[in-house]
Amino acid sequence: MTDQLSQAELVRKSLKRRYRKERRFRAYGIAAIAIALSALVVLFADIVGKGATGFMKTTLDLQVELDGEMMYLDDATDERQLKMADFVEPLVQALLKEIPSATESDRDAVADLINPYASVTLRDALKENPEWLNTTRSMSFLAHTDVDVYVKHAGDDAYSIKLSQQQQRWVDQLVEKGIVETSFNDTFFKNGDSRDPSKAGILGAIIGSLLTMIVTLALSFPIGVAAAIYLEEFAPQNKLTDFIEVNINNLAAVPSIIFGLLGLAVFINLFGMPRSVPVVGGLVLTLMTLPTIIISSRAAIKSVPPSIREAAEGIGASKMQVVLHHVLPLAMPGMLTGSIIGMAQALGETAPLLLIGMVAFIVDVPEGFFDSATVLPVQVFLWAGSPELAFIERASAAIMVLLAFLIGMNALAIWLRKRLERRW
Amino acid sequence: MQPANLLILTLALVVIAYGLGYARSRSLAMPLGGIRHLKSLPFYYGARAALWCGIPALLVLALWAAFQGKVIQMLVIGSLPVDMIPDSEGAASLLLSKISNVASGALPPGFVDAPIAQAAERLQELRSQSRLYMTALVIAVAVLAGFLGWLRIRPRLNARAQVESILKWIFFSCAALAILTTVGIIFSVAFETFRFFQKISFIDFIFGSQWSPQTALRADQVAAEGAFGMIPLFTGTLLISFIAMLVAVPVGLLSAIYLSEYANKRVRSIVKPMLEMLAGIPTVVYGFFAALTVAPFISDLAASVGIDASSQSALAAGGVMGIMIIPFVSSLSDDVINAVPQTLRDGSLALGATQSETMKKVIFPAALPGIMGGVLLAVSRAIGETMIVVMAAGLAANLTANPLETVTTVTVQIVTLLTGDQEFDSAKTLAAFALGAMLFLATLLLNVIALKIVRKYREQYD
Repeated sequence: MTDQLSQAELVRKSLKRRYRKERRFRAYGIAAIAIALSALVVLFADIVGKGATGFMKTTLDLQVELDGEMMYLDDATDERQLKMADFVEPLVQALLKEIPSATESDRDAVADLINPYASVTLRDALKENPEWLNTTRSMSFLAHTDVDVYVKHAGDDAYSIKLSQQQQRWVDQLVEKGIVETSFNDTFFKNGDSRDPSKAGILGAIIGSLLTMIVTLALSFPIGVAAAIYLEEFAPQNKLTDFIEVNINNLAAVPSIIFGLLGLAVFINLFGMPRSVPVVGGLVLTLMTLPTIIISSRAAIKSVPPSIREAAEGIGASKMQVVLHHVLPLAMPGMLTGSIIGMAQALGETAPLLLIGMVAFIVDVPEGFFDSATVLPVQVFLWAGSPELAFIERASAAIMVLLAFLIGMNALAIWLRKRLERRW
Repeated sequence: MQPANLLILTLALVVIAYGLGYARSRSLAMPLGGIRHLKSLPFYYGARAALWCGIPALLVLALWAAFQGKVIQMLVIGSLPVDMIPDSEGAASLLLSKISNVASGALPPGFVDAPIAQAAERLQELRSQSRLYMTALVIAVAVLAGFLGWLRIRPRLNARAQVESILKWIFFSCAALAILTTVGIIFSVAFETFRFFQKISFIDFIFGSQWSPQTALRADQVAAEGAFGMIPLFTGTLLISFIAMLVAVPVGLLSAIYLSEYANKRVRSIVKPMLEMLAGIPTVVYGFFAALTVAPFISDLAASVGIDASSQSALAAGGVMGIMIIPFVSSLSDDVINAVPQTLRDGSLALGATQSETMKKVIFPAALPGIMGGVLLAVSRAIGETMIVVMAAGLAANLTANPLETVTTVTVQIVTLLTGDQEFDSAKTLAAFALGAMLFLATLLLNVIALKIVRKYREQYD
């Protein structure tokens, strides 16, 4: 059988094909990683691209003549007069002065460039400084949201410019004169939610998140650590312990929205607790994060070598003393790391909080655990659902703030692990 | 006093009890000749007094704070004149919110009927009474129990054993909270689901192909009958999860294979955390990305090739959900692949197989059960995912398999039915709980099966 190729020959002939296959397989792997990482990059680029301008605000720097006669105000310390006085007129007059081409008949079109809340700013300033009456002051006011959108996104097709051609020309002139300016948006960090995008801020949501997280941490960390200690150190081998473990593992995989249903049915309907308050949010998130914390704390306890326990027992420590004096301090870094990661999860969680009513529109910054509040991810959800693009910009900016918090927390967890964790 | 302040006060009392217990044990020991004549260290006598003081007081505080709202509501309703007592739960909650609005000053008392204004006053009164009683009771319990604990300190008392056994019970109850949570979930959904099935038949719910959860406000309204057939929701959930799996499984699996078999240590140490980052991004961010970037992109793309695509296509939600699940699949498969014994790998390579052949013909079949388990866990996560679909998928319950059309999912409907004002006994609200029950059962089943497979697989190579 000489015309038949030998086995070795066959293998050699197929080698090229097999190596090609090998290379192809490797390329698939690289492609998969490239897809995943590019998704990450596109996501971040998209958020930053959409939201970077959210950190900027557009203001009008005006020379306001605080003429008492025009404002129907002759005593700025009188509360009643302040309530009745006209604070819009001085702003409009000041702006009209800056736009030479505008006449008195364009008054309404000019007034539309000023933010509806600017008059409130003026009133508050006058309330604080009553002596300003009948003087001319140089002050800075928020521009109307339409002006804000025009200044930031004039060439962008995605945004619809609501200003008329004439108003656009005026704004262009004002930008040239340096009256309309964009600067860092401190309003965004100082205010609660608002119907007006220019005035909407995330302070309320940040405080709400903070209060909710305080409740969550204060409950879930001690309870999680205690449960982990019991299961690792004290639990007898019996059916009850098995049942507890099965429950914890299953709860870790239950969809978060189910915890929202639980919160709604138990905390709100059964206990009659108020809706949309940080306490209830914190309770729901505690139940949700507990399995994560218990599982990571158990891993941390497991990693403490038995020699430590044996040494302590050898010199007469009781079981509880062994655990509390030796095992727990050594396992603490691992437990802290796990808890911070659990907290980061809870901070980004939205779905269960929707069900317990933390989606309400709340302007005031919450002051306590029983005040109505919203949280940062829910604020993102609320703004993202708005048809106004100016709100979408704020939502992206809020996402950036949220991601900054999360990255900070995860970095802290990694740092803690590197710094404190001991290899045995 | 507010519960939060009362909590701080109780903790202060606990600290005082500790100090007093500590001091008493020392002063009892002094005449005997020092603390070596005590059965336990002074610390344990202090801790015992603190536990005696704290535990009952905190229990009372928690129970009172939990139930006061409901009890006050019932008392207020009960104080109304007979003809005003609401006959349904829905009417009761409406009335209560009116009363509490009057009480908080949001609604001037002159705008409502006199009995409601009186009820609001009664509510205010009951609230302040409740706060007063709670404060008094909690402080009394703390002081009394702490005093008893303090009084019973004796040098022969084995305080350490007592403290340790109390602590052990505390630890146990913390662990048992997991059971309580599960029971709570089951009861809260089961109860409402049961009530739902009293209104809507089980068969209609499971096999109905029409979902339009309206309930009539008036009896004579057109389309008064809402339809509660969950098949469109079910297929919508499956469609979106299927798309997500189409993205997540190949990408996750292949990247896990590359990272565990080909990549060197440096690449792995960079790429792996970056993949994990995908898992750490909040779902609301993915939802934002899907709804505002991916969905318009897909519908524009489809329009440019002449296909009609919805602006809330299943493809956008599913695709982005797939990206979110990639790290989940990849880290689970990574574990499974690494668990395949090195000997199998070495044997195959020694026979002259290339790395990819080893992977495909030896390691992959060996790891398949574990990978399947991981995929099942990923599926359970996909069907329970909420925010992406709430933001990017629609509300219209279409029965379709076309990924470019709008579908809705179980989770979307739960959120839509339960956000905003609601009556608690309408079929609409109860339907959300029935859907929740289905979701809970489905994910539970998937998880149990998946964990079993994974565990069995692990035992095989241990």
